[in-house]
Amino acid sequence: MTTTIERVPTITPTPPSGPPPARAFQVARHSLALARRSLIKTIRTPEQLLDVTLQPVMFVVIFVYLLGGAIAGSQTVYLKFLLPAIMVQSVLFASVATGFSLNTDVKKGVFDRFRSLPIARSAPLIGSVLGDMVRFVVSIGVLLGFGYAIGFRITTDPLSAIGACLLVIFFASAITWIFVLLGVIMREPGAVQGTAFLVLFPLTFGTNMMVPTDTLPGWLQAWVKINPVADVMDAARALLTGGPVGDTVTKSLLWSVGIIVVFAPLAVRFYRRRV
Amino acid sequence: MSLAFQAEGLVKRFGKTTALAGIDLAAEQGTVLGVLGPNGAGKTTAVRILATLLRADEGRATVGGYDVVRSAGDVRRLIGLTGQYASVDEDLTGTQNLVLIGELLDLRRRDARARAAELLEWFDLTEAANRPAKTYSGGMRRRLDLAASLVGRPAVIYLDEPTTGLDPAKREDMWGVVRSLVGDGSTVLLTTQYLEEADALADEISVIDHGRVIAHGTPAQLKQIAGGQTILARPTDPARLPEVAAILTAVAGRETESPARGVVTVPVDDDRAFATVVRRIDEAGISVMELSLRLPSLDEVFFTLTGAPAEVAA
Repeated sequence: MTTTIERVPTITPTPPSGPPPARAFQVARHSLALARRSLIKTIRTPEQLLDVTLQPVMFVVIFVYLLGGAIAGSQTVYLKFLLPAIMVQSVLFASVATGFSLNTDVKKGVFDRFRSLPIARSAPLIGSVLGDMVRFVVSIGVLLGFGYAIGFRITTDPLSAIGACLLVIFFASAITWIFVLLGVIMREPGAVQGTAFLVLFPLTFGTNMMVPTDTLPGWLQAWVKINPVADVMDAARALLTGGPVGDTVTKSLLWSVGIIVVFAPLAVRFYRRRV
Repeated sequence: MSLAFQAEGLVKRFGKTTALAGIDLAAEQGTVLGVLGPNGAGKTTAVRILATLLRADEGRATVGGYDVVRSAGDVRRLIGLTGQYASVDEDLTGTQNLVLIGELLDLRRRDARARAAELLEWFDLTEAANRPAKTYSGGMRRRLDLAASLVGRPAVIYLDEPTTGLDPAKREDMWGVVRSLVGDGSTVLLTTQYLEEADALADEISVIDHGRVIAHGTPAQLKQIAGGQTILARPTDPARLPEVAAILTAVAGRETESPARGVVTVPVDDDRAFATVVRRIDEAGISVMELSLRLPSLDEVFFTLTGAPAEVAA
């Protein structure tokens, strides 16, 4: 029995089973098309950006004016210490939304459509991560703008400052893959959000974000030393306001790459299996 | 004979529930296979396996000769899928939805735009093209969804209950679309709960229940199995009901039933029976408010085939 299709209208897309470079290029193209979809959604519902814009501002106000005097003796001094760390925290908080919206999307039919298309399984996930990076950019922009208004100054050079922003965005994109994994395996968007913050609180608050590490009890110091978020915060501080960069940038980059290498394939694997 | 798709012995369990208990489905190229069954019969599960969205626990399926598991990528290049619930992106406009699919199918951006415009025109959505899909009515969303599944001119199209929830006029439109797709050489797998719909569109029908095919054949064969058609009459003057019943009995050679006050029905096998009934009622000078020939409902088909009414599987 023959089972070939003849005379039937069918488009002949470029075969995806070409040489690896061509294939990678194709995945990139599909991912970008899907990233644009996420971007359009964000632009169309800008209220989605409320969390990434107001939350960091609120944190700065609370910490600087409520605690700054007590912790650092001066609000200006404390602002300089706190703001780069808040930048890292707020971008990490912003990354939760990707897992949340992915979980909502997967349950709707839209992702069934994507799954029935001859595209790489990773493309919709990569697209979501890329598309939501705009949230990081907005968050950083608002925070630096607000910081400037209340007296925060970048005391290094523009190149270092841009480097700090890119580093923070790259690290947050890596962390996003953890939430993408949660978004793909969990059943409810609410559960994704709850679990994500359970992960994020010790990661962001368990650092030298608010006070220097040497003021912490020993067990907490041990945690801060292995916590990659502390490295990213130190790197952001050094790149924005000066001070020794040391190995913080290298460590931040290595952590980012490591997280992506572990969590991105896991997320794709579970997404592939998801019914 | 060349088959567009073929499924053999598909079994799928979800926990303790058996959604498919060994199902065979096949359609020749350029034909419509109607898959008829109640909610929970396994229709959607079968479609999802054939669309590479779900893996069967047992059995195998091929589309265009490609195995849905081993050559899923090749299968995806041949198929278009329209689900029971419109799977369009609500925040994107009609055009953006279709252009995105086009780009994912490796059309050039210009070609993707042209194809989107063409489909929007065909589905009467040109005016709504630049509005987000969330502002669309249910029928418009269905149309956009169907358009999205046709961007790549698929050879095999799965329509999973495409008309459920549509009003009769919209349903007719949808039927027209299905006919023209088949006219262009595509093969269609259509799932439905309505025998009338399967009858109107399908070349062959597989009736499924509790994950099994319980009957397969052409619509004509199936209607015969299910006891053919039923004539229903409602005289304007209820007092003349006995006379009408007598005419029906005489023509059909069977006792009539009265499922509701002032109404009589009788099953008929002969295609000419209806015309005879019309003539006799007219000759007797009886005016009727309602006189119709109807196909057996899904319930009746199921009752005949299984001895039990169609029920939703637990």
